[in-house]
Amino acid sequence: MSAALERTGAWLLAFLWILPLAYALWAAIHPSAYSAHFTLNAPLTLENFVKAWNAAPFSRYFLNTFMLVTMILAAQLVLCTFAAYAFARFKFYGRELAFVLVLLQLMIMPDVLIVENYRTMTAAGIVDTIPAIGLPYMASAFGIFLLRQTFKTVPSELDEAARVEGASPLQVLLKVYVPLAKPIYVAYGLVSISYHWNNFLWPLIITNSVSTRPLTVGLQIFASSDQGIDWSLIAAATLMTSAPLLTAFLLFQRQFVQSFMRAGIR
Amino acid sequence: MSIEDDLLREPSGGHAVAVAFRRSNVVMGARWATHVNGWLLLLPAAVLLVTFTHYPAVATFIGSFFSTPKGARPAVFVGLDNYQAMIEDPIFWQALHNNIIYAVSTIPLTIMLALFMAVAVNAKLVGRSFMRLAFFTPTVLPMIAVANIWLFFYSPGYGLVDQVFNLFGVPAHNWLGDEHTALACLIVVAVWKDAGFFMIFYLAALQQISPNLSEAAALEGTSRWYFFRRVTFPLLMPTTLFVLINAIINSFRLVDHIVVMTRGGPNNTTALLLYYIYEVGFKFWDTAFAATLTVVLLVLLAAMALGQFIFLDRRIHYQ
Repeated sequence: MSAALERTGAWLLAFLWILPLAYALWAAIHPSAYSAHFTLNAPLTLENFVKAWNAAPFSRYFLNTFMLVTMILAAQLVLCTFAAYAFARFKFYGRELAFVLVLLQLMIMPDVLIVENYRTMTAAGIVDTIPAIGLPYMASAFGIFLLRQTFKTVPSELDEAARVEGASPLQVLLKVYVPLAKPIYVAYGLVSISYHWNNFLWPLIITNSVSTRPLTVGLQIFASSDQGIDWSLIAAATLMTSAPLLTAFLLFQRQFVQSFMRAGIR
Repeated sequence: MSIEDDLLREPSGGHAVAVAFRRSNVVMGARWATHVNGWLLLLPAAVLLVTFTHYPAVATFIGSFFSTPKGARPAVFVGLDNYQAMIEDPIFWQALHNNIIYAVSTIPLTIMLALFMAVAVNAKLVGRSFMRLAFFTPTVLPMIAVANIWLFFYSPGYGLVDQVFNLFGVPAHNWLGDEHTALACLIVVAVWKDAGFFMIFYLAALQQISPNLSEAAALEGTSRWYFFRRVTFPLLMPTTLFVLINAIINSFRLVDHIVVMTRGGPNNTTALLLYYIYEVGFKFWDTAFAATLTVVLLVLLAAMALGQFIFLDRRIHYQ
């Protein structure tokens, strides 16, 4: 493969990859007459964003997604930290078996157990609530594994020194382990936020009212409702729902890429 | 126990025994504390994991031997009836077939493109930061949102795909409405969404490879392609295995774009296994049959879990 061919191919590919986003931007900032008609002198407008925002309760959907993502991340950080600490530094009965059972969730994810989990939520009487969307994801095998690997790299001298000074196991965790794992927490947090901001199938199943639906489900209902297909509106709504993540990504590109890398490689 | 045995044989006087006894109590106490603390720390996560992963997996299996409760009629044991019905259900076979086609086309394409992207971004090309941005952006966008954009691309007549083909004189085509092209359209979207995500793992691995190797190869006059084939690619093997496993899981886990773009149609040609489970379970409300289908999906995923353990073993040898 000659270098010139490789360069051309790479540029072509990059162009193709950015095209859907570029198109969404084009359709969103031009009147609908230009949504499939590309001329340089097309007039600019923000009308589509205003119309889309008013056509569906997006502010409520934003709030729901925000609450959902925050709740899941907070629970994940606490639960996974405790579990990872147990696996990394406590030799308790059944540790190996318990660890294998945790890892099982890496393959058999909540995403495929929708039928039974729905039944559980019905039995618990919490269908159509935000906690019901988040509960299956809060104990994350991925998070436990990631943090366990990190905690294991902490030198045991630090741990022992803290204990000699009379720190309890919980104090050791908070004073020694957690601060040293900060970059991993950032990486895990970014991955978790993007995952749950974008998650769709389970929220679609478990919610059925405006007060609980996250953005993804709201967007789908908006885009498929019988208001006629206005691509400019759909493009505007699409950009709106992705905007917070997209902006964060554009601003902290390097951290994002490194976080996904870090989270995946271990 | 052995500490107490030692104690009994302790030859010295009462004082030493008392000290030793107290010490052994501390040791035993510490040991029990380790077990108790370990389990207490694990408990909250364990409860949720059991409730939402292990229990539902087992309940799905058991549920597949019972009928769907209807109104006042509770579920009754039906043996292998659901499995019999599944084997006779042409849509199940179609969905399985679709899923296999979807997986075997998406996975190699995604991996090859991811590798190409990583090599391109790693080389000192002009505008490589723009390239990295372009390749990685689909990863952070919600599938549900981008599927709507792709829906426009594929719309017959005025969609972008038809507009471009029109320049070359190709007539308009209903891409998502045609049984022969619909699944391919979804495959394109899946490849577009995942390639940039997998690129970063290759990128990380490429940056680990010593530049001495390529310098030595250049001195020997080795062609770049030969060097890639004989040195770079083998060194990237652990990454390829990691990416491969994740790609396989994704091909059975993610059906968001199907809900937006085709709803399994036309004529079930784009129904993947999980989408069919969703339809049976939450549109036809036949939960027992949905459980039976889920068992098939779980068996497939478990087989892959087993494969991963074998692969992980090999991965250690490479490093």
